[in-house]
Amino acid sequence: MTGFWETLFTLGDKLTAHIVLAASAIALGILVALPLAVWAARSQSVARIALGFASLVQTIPALALLALFFPILLSLRAVFGESLPTLGFLPALLALALYALLPILRNAVTAQVNLDPGVLEAADGVGMTSWQKLTLVEAPLSAPFIMAGIRTASVWTIGAATLSTTIGQPSLGDPIFAGLQTQNWNLVLAGCFASAGLALAVDALLGVIESGLALRRRWQYGGGFAAVALGILAACAFQFGDDLFAKERAEGDLGPIVIGSKQFSESYILSELIADRLRAQGFEVTNRTGLGSAVLHGSVAASSVDISVDYTGTVWTNELGRRDNPGRDKVFETIVEWERQNTGIRVLGRLGFENAYAFAMRRDRAAELGVTSLEDIARVAPRLTVGGDPEFFERPEWISVRDTYGIEFGRTRNFSPTFMFNALRSGEADAISAYSTDGRLAADTYFLLDDPREALPSYDAMLMLSPRIGENEEVLAALRPLIGTISPEAMRKANFAVDREDDQKLSPKQAARELAASLGN
Amino acid sequence: MTAEALLRFDAAERRYGARNDVVAVGGVSCEIARGSFVALVGASGSGKSTLLKMVNTLVEPSAGRVLFSGEDVATLKPSTLRRRVGYVFQGIGLFPHFRVGENIAIGPRLAGETLPSERVAELLTLVELEPDMASRMPDELSGGQRQRVGVARALAGDPELLLMDEPFGALDPVTRDALGERVRELHDELGLTTVMVTHDMAEALLLADRVMVMDAGELVADETPRSLLAGKGGEVAQSLVAVPRDQAEKLAAMEESIAAKARAQSPSTRGASA
Repeated sequence: MTGFWETLFTLGDKLTAHIVLAASAIALGILVALPLAVWAARSQSVARIALGFASLVQTIPALALLALFFPILLSLRAVFGESLPTLGFLPALLALALYALLPILRNAVTAQVNLDPGVLEAADGVGMTSWQKLTLVEAPLSAPFIMAGIRTASVWTIGAATLSTTIGQPSLGDPIFAGLQTQNWNLVLAGCFASAGLALAVDALLGVIESGLALRRRWQYGGGFAAVALGILAACAFQFGDDLFAKERAEGDLGPIVIGSKQFSESYILSELIADRLRAQGFEVTNRTGLGSAVLHGSVAASSVDISVDYTGTVWTNELGRRDNPGRDKVFETIVEWERQNTGIRVLGRLGFENAYAFAMRRDRAAELGVTSLEDIARVAPRLTVGGDPEFFERPEWISVRDTYGIEFGRTRNFSPTFMFNALRSGEADAISAYSTDGRLAADTYFLLDDPREALPSYDAMLMLSPRIGENEEVLAALRPLIGTISPEAMRKANFAVDREDDQKLSPKQAARELAASLGN
Repeated sequence: MTAEALLRFDAAERRYGARNDVVAVGGVSCEIARGSFVALVGASGSGKSTLLKMVNTLVEPSAGRVLFSGEDVATLKPSTLRRRVGYVFQGIGLFPHFRVGENIAIGPRLAGETLPSERVAELLTLVELEPDMASRMPDELSGGQRQRVGVARALAGDPELLLMDEPFGALDPVTRDALGERVRELHDELGLTTVMVTHDMAEALLLADRVMVMDAGELVADETPRSLLAGKGGEVAQSLVAVPRDQAEKLAAMEESIAAKARAQSPSTRGASA
């Protein structure tokens, strides 16, 4: 396992992407906030509306704000055409800029409103035009306060930018999200350390500019501005330098194939597996990690992500909006046809395992109770305690199981997903909700209850291809061998290798290599 | 008025409020001759400041006109007008981020000229400040010094007209007296026309050669200090004149009683020593 410092030094490209994103968002925020503040200082109603709107934006959690831009941009495609990006840099930029608006706007308006009225009267009295008044008097006198606002906005933005990982924009959130899911704490720590360090450094630098402006020391704020500009330029050079010197892409060249993954170990492992295969065939590949389900599906449909692994149950309820269960194969076939007609996504096939909701028990406890299936457990349920994550007992899956088998557990308890198996081990829960490929089920201690009446919907893993590459024979040829080859046991084993916390813990990339070797194709 | 009128108010009126029902200045007509020192006196809210600010268009009239050298001020470019009209007010309003010298030179700078440092030094000397004060920042100055800089700034553009709105209101009595006298001297030396708003009738009587009294937006008296003291100008004006006069009489009476006591005591003291 890689150490903290080694991990930290691999984050260079994430750091530069983070800087470019945050700096652009703050710049856009300033560009919007300052003219708005000038207007707001002259009109009470504009001030009320602008500050009200900016405050309202602040009440939306940053994560939700980022996610909201996906549907907004998607609907704007009607106006700007299909090439409008719905994921990645653009929505992250817009959401973060909106977030940066409030502190800059509020400080700028407050600074202007609180200017000494005598000074303003004098400006008029000596015959300044309103532009001269703004540039010679109001702007220089408000500058330290505006700078303080920009400083606050910068710290917020640098922090919130880590969340842009979830909408497919690379940032220092990548290692944080990936580390959280694979329980690689060094990765989490390195991401947090880098983003906190960046925030502190920027805060200190802007603080120097702020006090330079307040004390009217030209060398101080001038030097500060130069340092900020230099930092951003350096980040841009690292970020775009490669593209700048790269040759023009030949006609018909696919360019990099983008593989998207969701926020859990299995998804990371499979995206590494697919990436390795394609690279071995000579394709250029990039990874977009940590995307939300709906965002990932939308990205594949929009061809901003080319390949993903999705699950029948997820697509069935989220995309098709269905609640019924016509049977495992029927669900899959319906999805393939629906995607073909509605989104242009090509479903290449099922990988061979499912990652469904299931109920897990300790093997010894189940033997003691004589239980092997959900049918059995219904008889003894009133004496038992069941554990689930906080939302599980509201989900249609649970309601379906409850009604199909008539199960009434004596007690239900909520645990966060991380502690679910601990509860089972310690006997605080007799049965828990689980995912069928959870790595911890690879151990012999636990087993999954059968579902003879198919009350739980199926969650077959499917390989989804974007319209952009869906018909590309070379890509198809490279991926077809994966269809139907990954067993639930193999997947559990790979998940376990990533999720375990001893010295045999593997990175998703290493686990993907082992999994590929075990597939033998 | 025999001299030529530099300033003429022609039914100048200013109303405020949503329905224009608050009258600040209600139709004032009068002329101010070139070279005169006029004091505009009245209680708070009498409209004297509003009338003054109509001259340099900081306040626009709701009706009527203000003519400056025969031209309607509303038709003049504000920046040109305000260069020809110096403005000193209670808030002083030195720009805190400019040096004293830069503050004084701001008017010419706005017109695209650079005021030579000798001229800045000269202006500082005129208001009885040291020429080397030009390089100081305003917050290093006392209140009285700041208002002197304010006067120098108003004079920097060689104005024909000097408008002053409670210019000495925030100063201590000693500074106030000295600066008032200095302004009156400058008025005479530079051949200015000066309009000063004040609520202090004593100041008006001592400095001005014409006192106009305002009450509730109307001009209620227009007299020389001499005739005001002789009891002319009507009830409002006389009630304002009564304040300093009563104070002066009380002070005189106190002095008289001290002197009388001294006189009464001195023979007995002398008697005791004898």
